[in-house]
Amino acid sequence: MTPGVALLLEQLLNGVQLGVTLFLLAAGLTLVFGIMGVINLAHGSLYMVGAYAAAITATTTGSPWLALLAGLAAAAATGMVVEFVVLRRLYARDHLDQVLATFGLILFFNEGMVLLFGRQPLFVNVPEGLRGAVRVLPGVDYPVYRLLIIAVGLAVALGLYLLIQKSRIGMLVRAGATHREMVRALGVDIRLLYTLVFGLGALLAGLAGLMAGPILSVQVGMGESILILTFVVVVIGGIGSVRGALFGAVLVGVVDTLLRAYVPGLLRQVMAGSEADALGAGLASMGVYLLMALVLLAKPRGLFPAHA
Amino acid sequence: MRNLMRDERAWAVLLLALAALVPVVAPMLGSPATVALATRIAIYAIAASSLNLLLGGAGLVSFGHAAYYGLGGYVVGILYAHYVSGEPFLGVIPGTNDLLVTLPLAILVGGLGALVIGALSLRTAGVQFIMITLAFAQMLFFLFVSLKAYGGDDGLAIRRVAPVLGMNLRDPATLYWICLGLLAAWLFLMDRVSRSRFGRVLSGIRQGERRMAAIGVRTYPYKLAAFVIAGMGAAMAGALMVNQARFVSPDMMHWTKSGELMVMVILGGLGTLVGPALGAAVLVAMEYTLSGLTEHWQFIEGPILVLVVLFARGGLMGAIRLISGMRGRGAGALPAGELPPRHVQPEDRAVPDLPMRPGAAPRG
Repeated sequence: MTPGVALLLEQLLNGVQLGVTLFLLAAGLTLVFGIMGVINLAHGSLYMVGAYAAAITATTTGSPWLALLAGLAAAAATGMVVEFVVLRRLYARDHLDQVLATFGLILFFNEGMVLLFGRQPLFVNVPEGLRGAVRVLPGVDYPVYRLLIIAVGLAVALGLYLLIQKSRIGMLVRAGATHREMVRALGVDIRLLYTLVFGLGALLAGLAGLMAGPILSVQVGMGESILILTFVVVVIGGIGSVRGALFGAVLVGVVDTLLRAYVPGLLRQVMAGSEADALGAGLASMGVYLLMALVLLAKPRGLFPAHA
Repeated sequence: MRNLMRDERAWAVLLLALAALVPVVAPMLGSPATVALATRIAIYAIAASSLNLLLGGAGLVSFGHAAYYGLGGYVVGILYAHYVSGEPFLGVIPGTNDLLVTLPLAILVGGLGALVIGALSLRTAGVQFIMITLAFAQMLFFLFVSLKAYGGDDGLAIRRVAPVLGMNLRDPATLYWICLGLLAAWLFLMDRVSRSRFGRVLSGIRQGERRMAAIGVRTYPYKLAAFVIAGMGAAMAGALMVNQARFVSPDMMHWTKSGELMVMVILGGLGTLVGPALGAAVLVAMEYTLSGLTEHWQFIEGPILVLVVLFARGGLMGAIRLISGMRGRGAGALPAGELPPRHVQPEDRAVPDLPMRPGAAPRG
């Protein structure tokens, strides 16, 4: 296999890996939005909480399993507390109030993490046994850990499909999204359901955060850079649609990764190296937003609108 | 006299007159730095008031207002950079450091940017509108980060500013009075707009866009005009801020800046004349005070914002009205049957073909 094709394949896999990370965040966000009608900017903070809890546990105990548990538990617990204390009061408010209150939560969580752990990024090692690479195709080696992330993301997608389409709680979730009052009138504790859905979204955000820890550095502000991308995913996929979130996430992940990999190189053929790198990085960052604007202009409700 | 006290315009004039005394009073109190702080407040007040035209006037939640603020700033910064290097911008436009040239040009560029972004964004509504305005602002942010010729991430410094009509802009008090004068002019314009036919149509769009369409108003041009005016106001604020800080960087366009501007509007009072300016004053002063107390002031500011949203509906102006029984352009002064900001007919939240709260069903 030629090096060019091998590089392309590697970048494609990187794109899918970023995509499934985005999906884990987007699934929670789109469920919370679709069912409760809440724009939660603080979703990225839950991702950060999961990453920090796992990183701290991993460095103090050395056990990846404990780190996994700690990350999931911390994110889910934080999410449910936030829902119970703040977001519950925002369901009946307009989007403006929701954006502002959750903006305040971001400031609180970010500065709280600085107070607890300082501004220095934490670095986490890939768990032993997951280091190294496997040969996915002749001439193409790919890290095991990143393959595992892709596998986990796809498994979560399947699990969510089964949960929402086949289970009783999924039925309540779907019913609550369309006829909230009727579900309540039938004797279902809709507030408990909301807290559970929010907890599930937080759990997935924490999972995304703790898995991203060994790839990126764990630092304050990591939630916001990915949060905005997640919103792009949710809007492209169609708000409220988990299927749309999966397609949107993989699309955004692949487009973003490929642009970052190839645009600076293309620019370097026409201009000086350092300027080409800077402009290329900027243009690549703009790419997904341009994609989103184009999708919205063509299909204002996203690619897979719920209630089509 | 009592009627005068109830009119929000009287309050605006009184507050502006008091604010004009700041450079006189501050040195007496031994805190000359207050003038610089007050200048920032006046500039943010213009930006917040321009955003209020969209949020409180037309009910359009734009989450990318910092884009126009930053565009205005970069017009000043880029023209200054070309003034220093002597090379014309794009080979045609000569650089300058004259505020009388850069300010109108900044307003023009901000308006053009808002025209393009608004024309596209206004095809959507609701959450999609919030997100697409954010997306365009992020695009501009990353564009300016990547422009190494204009400082990229590090931004541009502006050192020498030409005198304006014989006034030295390096003097904090002079710059402050110029900013305050422009704020007064802007508030006057906003007041005129809100009382004009145009303002009434915007208000109608906020309360029920379908109803406006039903009575035969094409809402799109009105929304776009509001979007452009708001963009021009933000660009003016950005240009002034660059003159004050003598620095421009992509941070001016960061999405947190858009969030901050929204906070100012809500904190002060959505859809009021004085509210956004008050919100700007309180937020800037609060950040200044808290950052003097602790490095981790955001840890305190965050929960305060949450509390304001949860419990102080109507913002500071709402609280002031409640205490004084003042009637401004708020609920009390509205004609019978008209809805104040926030009270929107549920079925009128957006154009009919878009999914709105309560949201859409999830699909597996």
